[in-house]
Amino acid sequence: MNLNLIADIAKSLLLARWRQSMVAAIGVTFSITMFIALLGFMNGLNDMLDGLILNRTAHIRLFNDLKPNPNQPIDIAAEFSSGHNFIQSIKSSGSRIELYNSAAIMQAVKNDPRVLGFSPKIIAPVLYNSGIIDITGTVSGIDVLTESSLFFFKDYVTSGDAYDLRNVNNSIILGKGVALKLLADIGDVVQVTTSKGDRMPLKVVGFFQSGIADYDKVQSFASIGTAQKLLGKANTYITDIQIKLKDLQQAPAIAKEYAQLFGVDAEDIQRANSQFETGSFIRSLLSYVVGIVLLIVAGFGIYNILNMMIYEKMDTIAILKATGFSGGDVRKIFLGIALTIGFLGGLLGLVFGYSLSLLIDQIPFNTSALPTITTYPVNYNPKFYLIGISFALITTYLAGFFPARKASKVDPVIIIRGK
Amino acid sequence: MAHTVLQSNHINKFFSDPVLSQVLKDVSFSIDQGEFVSVTGKSGCGKSTLLYILSTMDTDYEGALLIDGEDMRGKTEAELARIRNEKIGFVFQFHYLLNEFSVLKNVMLPGLKLQKYTEAEVEHHAMERLKKLGIEALALKKANQLSGGEKQRVAIARALINDPIIIMGDEPTGNLDKKNSDIVFDIFKQLCEEFNQTLLIVTHDQRFAENTHRIIEMEDGRIIRQ
Repeated sequence: MNLNLIADIAKSLLLARWRQSMVAAIGVTFSITMFIALLGFMNGLNDMLDGLILNRTAHIRLFNDLKPNPNQPIDIAAEFSSGHNFIQSIKSSGSRIELYNSAAIMQAVKNDPRVLGFSPKIIAPVLYNSGIIDITGTVSGIDVLTESSLFFFKDYVTSGDAYDLRNVNNSIILGKGVALKLLADIGDVVQVTTSKGDRMPLKVVGFFQSGIADYDKVQSFASIGTAQKLLGKANTYITDIQIKLKDLQQAPAIAKEYAQLFGVDAEDIQRANSQFETGSFIRSLLSYVVGIVLLIVAGFGIYNILNMMIYEKMDTIAILKATGFSGGDVRKIFLGIALTIGFLGGLLGLVFGYSLSLLIDQIPFNTSALPTITTYPVNYNPKFYLIGISFALITTYLAGFFPARKASKVDPVIIIRGK
Repeated sequence: MAHTVLQSNHINKFFSDPVLSQVLKDVSFSIDQGEFVSVTGKSGCGKSTLLYILSTMDTDYEGALLIDGEDMRGKTEAELARIRNEKIGFVFQFHYLLNEFSVLKNVMLPGLKLQKYTEAEVEHHAMERLKKLGIEALALKKANQLSGGEKQRVAIARALINDPIIIMGDEPTGNLDKKNSDIVFDIFKQLCEEFNQTLLIVTHDQRFAENTHRIIEMEDGRIIRQ
């Protein structure tokens, strides 16, 4: 096979100058190593920062918003049905905070194949009572099991056991900030007053730290049952359904669909948290740019070394051409050399990049804002490794292209007669 | 009548650098199968230029060149490379072996490129050629471990690998001492007489030329005697 022969010749030329070839390959290795480590680290950070909000945010939240009723009586009156009615000073109606028919909605959501899972929730605005001061805040009634599996609730409970919310009657997990203000410890009882004026003692079973201090200063969690009791509502009372989808990108479409289907408000994650996407995008962009710049520098190294090799191997090129190798064959030989350098260098780069990522992953990183993180976060997405090796091959191909073309155009007559 | 291997019809060649000058003027001749031809002339008479045109490596000329009855004009670079590979064997003044490869591999390379035979067969052919030239013991040495005479013999073996219809030589003995020159000449002579190999050798070695079958003498880009 002709390609075998060309590969064989390329290999011999490569080995004859293995020192230079190695320097070129090390250039590629270094770039790919940095590229992989940088992207892994950057994306690890991205994931962590996104996780701060996104992990705990539902892809779709079903709720009834406080807003004026869109169906005003005047619109129904026959004599005013033509034309547009302007109504002044409509007040929002707060009577429909509850999701009606929530059991049926949950059943429908559960049967939807696009949905990964859902978690019901009750949001109750409260006052925490401590001596003579009252601290405003919110108690969320949650289902600890689904909340933990879908939204990693358990990870953010820094002391105490999240499941005690279920196991202990009238229990509460306080936000760290709330607990500091109330001087409450695990096992203490705190007094909570609802907006309706009902007061209820709740036992502290744990502390919750989200990493967002302002949030922790107001937020506490109780079980659904406790929250219903606190508000004096029946056991079907639910204010929110948080839905996690299999594909995040579908959230806006499905949210619209659910809003229509169930007659409720549906907010999707893209609308709620669009700023995070921007931040992630910029960080990724930066790491790609740095990686590509490194590769271009390595590409120039390969270009130089191939150029030098061609000057040294003029005789070889001339004799190959004289004995029947075409310009195309010669070009393939030198492209083969370039791509071999790129491939081996790149492959080694992937290995080193992975090792460096593992190393970064071991560096301690403690911050009070992020209780679950103990070392620097690294993302090991195979996508980056694929992109890395592709970049290595593309760059070395481009770096090899011009020297190879020059070699293919060497005129054997000039070389042979020039002796 | 003998088969015509190579024919040159009114070949003209101009160099435009530094000034326009005609280096070959209306060169016409033909070579038949089995001939041992030498081209002689003083330095600068255009004999090497002619050889490189005949070898198809130089395509910038006027006139017609027929190899094995086939017109070389209008062929692509790859087609010409194929013809060089299959039909022409080269021996240069300098050996031009590839130092990265063993002697055997050097001889095999054009044969592998031709792809007419398997690698094993090409290797067998290469060993045959080396034996014929009495250098089979050198087969596994690297090209740069050989003496000048040995290298030139390896180059001849390489030229023979694809059973070319013609062997072209550009001063093949120009860089050798008398003893090695004689060896090389004897090899050529033997190839011609025993194997009916056609040879076209450019040389300024009068003694070498006189022993060939036919001498084409050139002066100022013209053939003055053939």
